Amino acid sequence: MSVPVTPSAALLDAPRAVGARDFDPAVADYLALLKPRVMSLVVFTGWVGLYLAPGHLHPLLASVAILCIALGAGASGAINMWYERDIDALMERTRRRPLPAGRMAPGDALGFGVVLAASSVIVMGLAVNWVAATLLAMTIGFYVFIYTIGLKRRTPQNIVIGGAAGAFPPMIGWAAVTGDVGVPALVLFALIFFWTPPHFWALSLYRAGDYAKAGVPMLPVVAGPAETKKQMLLYTLLLWPVALAPVALGVAGWLYGAAALLLSAWFTYLALRVRASEDLRWPKRMFGFSLLYLFLLFALIAADRAPGLLGGWQG
Amino acid sequence: MDERGRRMRSRNRALLLVLLGVVALFYLIAIVRMGVWS
Repeated sequence: MSVPVTPSAALLDAPRAVGARDFDPAVADYLALLKPRVMSLVVFTGWVGLYLAPGHLHPLLASVAILCIALGAGASGAINMWYERDIDALMERTRRRPLPAGRMAPGDALGFGVVLAASSVIVMGLAVNWVAATLLAMTIGFYVFIYTIGLKRRTPQNIVIGGAAGAFPPMIGWAAVTGDVGVPALVLFALIFFWTPPHFWALSLYRAGDYAKAGVPMLPVVAGPAETKKQMLLYTLLLWPVALAPVALGVAGWLYGAAALLLSAWFTYLALRVRASEDLRWPKRMFGFSLLYLFLLFALIAADRAPGLLGGWQG
Repeated sequence: MDERGRRMRSRNRALLLVLLGVVALFYLIAIVRMGVWS
């Protein structure tokens, strides 16, 4: 027997009738969209750029600049998670994220990301300067449109070109103080740019199954582990002159130079061990060390600049 | 209060904190940009 329904009752039932879900995200889910671990490295490298730049910026405005860099990075992460929710659901590493796990509506994640992105750029422009704001907008745009939408699912060079997005923050920090982009800021950019491929390919070597399942053409999936390991070694060798460039340019002193030599030598050693072995523990070690490598290089450049700490730079 | 209600309340509180933070931030930025704390 059919039950007569009024139009209003039909409208109330409509969402359930077409299979809509009750999303109930926690605050932690919104924070997870910001990719806090990626954000922490972005904030640190952005701060080093800001710290190294000649000139003066009021501490509050410097904090606002760092906050905007953090929010811009978080916004990029949120929009990335919105776009990649289909492949995230297929990969072990990402399937528990808020969208593939079904805890948040996709539109909410996109809206959150877009509002954050716009807010971070506008506040950076109004409070700090529009050069830094433009660079921040370019970074977010590059990560979302060039890397996430354009490259990631199309080419194994995705993280090589896309790595530029992660390399912008020190330039933004520098521009926040100076209003332009100096050579030292470009060196910091190059350091992250050439560091990104061996860092990500180390991860993708031991997560190749995940990427293959999701159809993401990472280098180990498309060209195989041997070619990936060869490319990783090549990039670790390219990193040597880039890591030593701050000494040549007078941005950092001999102590940084000695540390850069040792760290680059260990990074290259790990790349050689990865190449010589089928054991997946080596790519895992190299991935872990790559984080330490970048953190220490940036920390040492900053320490070299700190008055009375290492005292290598007279800028 | 059920779990759903608790989550809604925590979301609302977080939003309130963010909005208050934005107001305070703009207030402080305005003071600094006017050169009061230069």
